[in-house]
Amino acid sequence: MIKNITNLGDTALYCDFGDEVNSEINSNVISVFNILKDEKIEGIVNLAPSYNKLIVSFDLDVINYQKVRDLIKNLEIKKKIEIENKTIEIPICLDNEFQLDLKRLEEITKMSTSEIYKIFFSKKYFCYMTGFIAGMPFMGDVDIRLQSKRLETPRIKVPKGSIGITEKFCNIYTFESPGGWNIIGNTPIEIFNKNKQDQPILINPGNKVQFYEISKTEYDKY
Amino acid sequence: MTNTKNNFFSVKRPGTNTTYQDLGRKNLNHIGLPVGGAMDIRNYKLANSLLSDESETLIEFAYQGPLLKFNGKEVKFAITGNVYFKIIRSQETEIGECYRSYNLKDGDQIDIISVLNSVYGYLAVEGGFQTDLSFGSSSTNTNARVGGNNGKKISNADQIILNNKNSNNFTKKLNYINSKIEYIRVIKATNYNYFTDISKNDFFTKEFTVSKFSDRMGMRLSGPVIKNNVSTNIRSEGIIKGVIQIPPDGSPIIMLSDHGTIGGYPKIASVISADFDKVSQLPPGSKIKFEEITLKDAENLYNLYNLETQNLINQINQI
Repeated sequence: MIKNITNLGDTALYCDFGDEVNSEINSNVISVFNILKDEKIEGIVNLAPSYNKLIVSFDLDVINYQKVRDLIKNLEIKKKIEIENKTIEIPICLDNEFQLDLKRLEEITKMSTSEIYKIFFSKKYFCYMTGFIAGMPFMGDVDIRLQSKRLETPRIKVPKGSIGITEKFCNIYTFESPGGWNIIGNTPIEIFNKNKQDQPILINPGNKVQFYEISKTEYDKY
Repeated sequence: MTNTKNNFFSVKRPGTNTTYQDLGRKNLNHIGLPVGGAMDIRNYKLANSLLSDESETLIEFAYQGPLLKFNGKEVKFAITGNVYFKIIRSQETEIGECYRSYNLKDGDQIDIISVLNSVYGYLAVEGGFQTDLSFGSSSTNTNARVGGNNGKKISNADQIILNNKNSNNFTKKLNYINSKIEYIRVIKATNYNYFTDISKNDFFTKEFTVSKFSDRMGMRLSGPVIKNNVSTNIRSEGIIKGVIQIPPDGSPIIMLSDHGTIGGYPKIASVISADFDKVSQLPPGSKIKFEEITLKDAENLYNLYNLETQNLINQINQI
């Protein structure tokens, strides 16, 4: 399952699962992530799964690269743990004030705003990973007709709740943050809730997300 | 949470970037939270050790520190780092020494005027500060709004509450001077081969300057442009403290305690753990060079650095 393991600095293993980004490879990443999470190996202090990589960080006071590498190589990855396959519904408001990059997308895609939204809402998105900022989900795959590059100059501040798309991915800015994705709308839902310490994030890797449209009036009621 | 019987500081001046810190939080990278915690772990440990054997929450400040007025029953405090501060008492004003504990009486003020030739300093009090824990840590992460002071920097309106603990501890002292790092030791990272031969050579031979765009998240450097001949973007993946990313402009960024947990720029190298504290303390304008070492050496140097810290703790004396 893991194609290659190298070190990243002196406190992490860099596990490579293959070059492609697809849900198959990503499921492998999430499987190993879940197994390691459950194993609670002493000295392993952080796991960061992404599309096709898993970074395993360890405490150099307790263990080192060679030992963690041996542990992981000998880990029996018997079967793929079934990934929780639930769908989470996320409301988006498409009010003008939230459509920061629709003009740009109309030019890139040569489609009207309503066509762009029709395509965007027509499918569920798979959550590959969460991070960068707390709780931010990286989801895909966005229809090829909507694929666009990042902004040439990233925004210094993307508003909290913004839904962004770039290439084959979409995300949600869980906090106000710098960012360069094309912003198409905004959700009033709290994706990261620090008060729920056992389950602070709403969308987890492996989940699916169905977006649906709400009006500004509904948005304001949240 | 405010207990009127507790000792507290009122904030007369908050300082540039004053936050609660401990050793950070684990096992949350996968939801987007970095470890965080004190930027200079050695000085965090020394500040605590000057008062007790406990690892308590303390206050980290950067550049200009806070001016704090103490209210309550007598306690001890200590400041570590390379810090110019005054203790303003009703009768006299005294210039404080780092690495020494002092008594603080009702109405006394601590004026942390400036951090010298470095970035961070630490204020510890007996018994520690009373703070909210988020995910098991008081460490303030202002990006995710978690940790002490509701995830925000300390500001003028805040009250800093102390856990009451009156001991009859002796005054303690350590003779220690922080040294400044000139060579940052690194291990090559996963995208080292993305860079041109000239740039690889420049990276290990030329001088870089710490830019003013540096904070608890990361440190930007200027110097020779590090050119890439594969791709200036990689597929986003997890990153860790110490990783040096090269964005399209060719200027290295070193990830520090509050780094984003995912990054999409190629990684040329990673700073060894033994050098984290000293790298964090480099003020803007500092000149540094990178030196490559092996993983084995990095591990040994880390053990050595820890031993050194432990020796310093053992050298703390009563006066």
